[in-house]
Amino acid sequence: MSEITEDSGNVVETGGIASGAAASGTAASAGGDERPVRVSVRDLHVTFRKDNLDVHAVRGVSFDLRAGETLALVGESGSGKSVTCRSLMRLLPRNARLDGDVRFDGRDVLALDRKALRDLRGNRIAMIFQDPMTSLDPTMIIGRQITETIRLHTSVGRREARERAIRLLDQVGISDAARRFHQYPHEFSGGQRQRIVIAIALACHPDVLIADEPTTALDVTMQAQILDLLADIQRDTGTAIILVTHDLGVVAKAADRVAVMYAGRIVEYGTADEIFYNPRHPYTWGLLGSTPTLDTERGRLRPIPGVPPNLAAIPAGDAFAPRNAYALAVDERYEPPFFAVSPTHAAATWLLDPRAPQVEPPAEIRWRWRIWHELQHLEGAA
Amino acid sequence: MSGTNEIVGTTVGTTVGVAVGRHDEPARDELLRVEGLTHVYGDGRNGRVGRDGRGATPAVDHISFSIARGETLGLVGESGCGKSTTGRMIVKLLSITSGRVLFDGRDISGIRRRADVAAFRRQVQMIFQDPYASLDPHATVRDIIAEGIDNFHLVSSGRGGRGARAERAERVAELLDMVGLRPEHADRYPHEFSGGQRQRIGIARALAVDPSFVVCDEPISALDVSIQAQIVNLLQDLQRRRGLTYLFIAHDLSMVRYISDRIAVMWKGRIVETGPADEVYGNPLHPYTRSLISAVPEPDPRAERARRRVEFDAEAFAAGLGGGGLAVPLREVDPGHWAAIA
Repeated sequence: MSEITEDSGNVVETGGIASGAAASGTAASAGGDERPVRVSVRDLHVTFRKDNLDVHAVRGVSFDLRAGETLALVGESGSGKSVTCRSLMRLLPRNARLDGDVRFDGRDVLALDRKALRDLRGNRIAMIFQDPMTSLDPTMIIGRQITETIRLHTSVGRREARERAIRLLDQVGISDAARRFHQYPHEFSGGQRQRIVIAIALACHPDVLIADEPTTALDVTMQAQILDLLADIQRDTGTAIILVTHDLGVVAKAADRVAVMYAGRIVEYGTADEIFYNPRHPYTWGLLGSTPTLDTERGRLRPIPGVPPNLAAIPAGDAFAPRNAYALAVDERYEPPFFAVSPTHAAATWLLDPRAPQVEPPAEIRWRWRIWHELQHLEGAA
Repeated sequence: MSGTNEIVGTTVGTTVGVAVGRHDEPARDELLRVEGLTHVYGDGRNGRVGRDGRGATPAVDHISFSIARGETLGLVGESGCGKSTTGRMIVKLLSITSGRVLFDGRDISGIRRRADVAAFRRQVQMIFQDPYASLDPHATVRDIIAEGIDNFHLVSSGRGGRGARAERAERVAELLDMVGLRPEHADRYPHEFSGGQRQRIGIARALAVDPSFVVCDEPISALDVSIQAQIVNLLQDLQRRRGLTYLFIAHDLSMVRYISDRIAVMWKGRIVETGPADEVYGNPLHPYTRSLISAVPEPDPRAERARRRVEFDAEAFAAGLGGGGLAVPLREVDPGHWAAIA
């Protein structure tokens, strides 16, 4: 490790050499993927001015989202995943400063005027939140909440809107939709309300659906049903989904690609298999080590020590270093660049620098790496 | 319904020891025993009399289990299944409509006198889901943690005045250290802490009176993943060091499987399956348990691709039972592994 510190002049360059998709530090989609890029984010920064302090909620996030895929943003509270999503729709409070480049189908979202922005939010991108009541009006029958959305964004008449709304309710699994059309949100269970929110979100056939912890408040069976519903919708319509969650089980079930966030940055990204079976960043190791599987033996849970940093006073170097058992001396001074692991996979950790010492990850990660080798072997054989 | 419940009630009281040992022998070193515990919301009788509330569905319906000293029983089920209601009845935060709670062999369901309730509370404490809501925002951490010490006069009064104050401070410092907080945290207020730290404060408060039994009601549900693991490890560590017994109530099945020795699965106010944690997960017997476990996503994409979710069809299940309704008594299918199936 001392090699890297002594030779620090070359460090950033070394990072820059990292090849392919990783070179720009962009969680781009798989090489050779021909599906159109719906959302492209480059070097996004979001800073909140609060009590005379700058809170750096997002610090240089880049990724692409293609039609028909599900990208999961994973991380703990304060990692910047929700703020990143809200930035895509410019749904941020007044004290937020937004820098960088956000494009939707090539259009610069940060430059849109009010009318264009409203059009984008209604017609192209829809968002669902953890608490369905955030999106529902408790004083209005649910049917009208759907037809209003339809009529706001299309030119269909009342009857047609009503028919569409009932079809949507039916599609999201609300039985007896024609009757329940006339009921108020409080007459539905939590899971049904989330289905209604999804129906509203789908009312204008969005190209992108942002689901921010959509199942966190739900029971497991309801969670599974909602995730299945989202997958069905995606298969039928090609909607691209950004799924924000801290639940790695949900990620494993629903995501094609994963970006792991920590303290406002993406620290590792890759396909779901790459992140779960070939994780390279010690923070990803920590998240996986904190989550029991149904086979985790007692005493085998390995929490990440400490707490995430204060985003108003982020330490120099790698923000994760103070909690990182694998931190190198260089981490205290230099923020690690992305190092490519594959054309689709990169991690921002100095451990991937050729000069870094070889470290042995925790046992449960070695178990995951073994699965990765098996999978590679199977692929090679096929 | 009542007919079946009668059967369940008697079965439970006599044979279905639902528990540690076989039903035909008393549970080894049993600390807590719950018999036919029932709660009907709005029973309006403060819980002294038997089942009331005709037409009202009991939130908890004649459940029975026992927990051995030093053991963790995980109570799982979906929201509204009655698991939290059960925990609250045990710590006497909620009235018992009918049934008994035996703690260390003594029936505490009927205790009324303040001194008796206080003595019971020294033994039995609770940790809540939302540490913030359960901590007085205007009190310092020192006063929050010392509340139990003060209430129970756990600082030797002989030293009086300054001596007592020093002892109290010492005790608080010890407790903070035990839950991984620093002594200087004693002078701060709850809002100055993160969620995980608040839960540590809640744990210190619960342990201040040196209880033997702790009801943990969704203690990690509101916390971040890495912090959840910290708190679970802390709870396990404290259990080993202090010989604590836990009732761990949660909807996160993977974590419950991880922390519990035995598990009881609740559905609509009843226990439908109970047994050793690995048995219940590895070989679920009740169709409801199967559906529940089949819905838990694991951090393993390969397992997720292979997953086949099964849905629980309550009507079909009831029909299969032959008109007896869903209130089937638990029966021991494998040693120590009980399920409410035909």
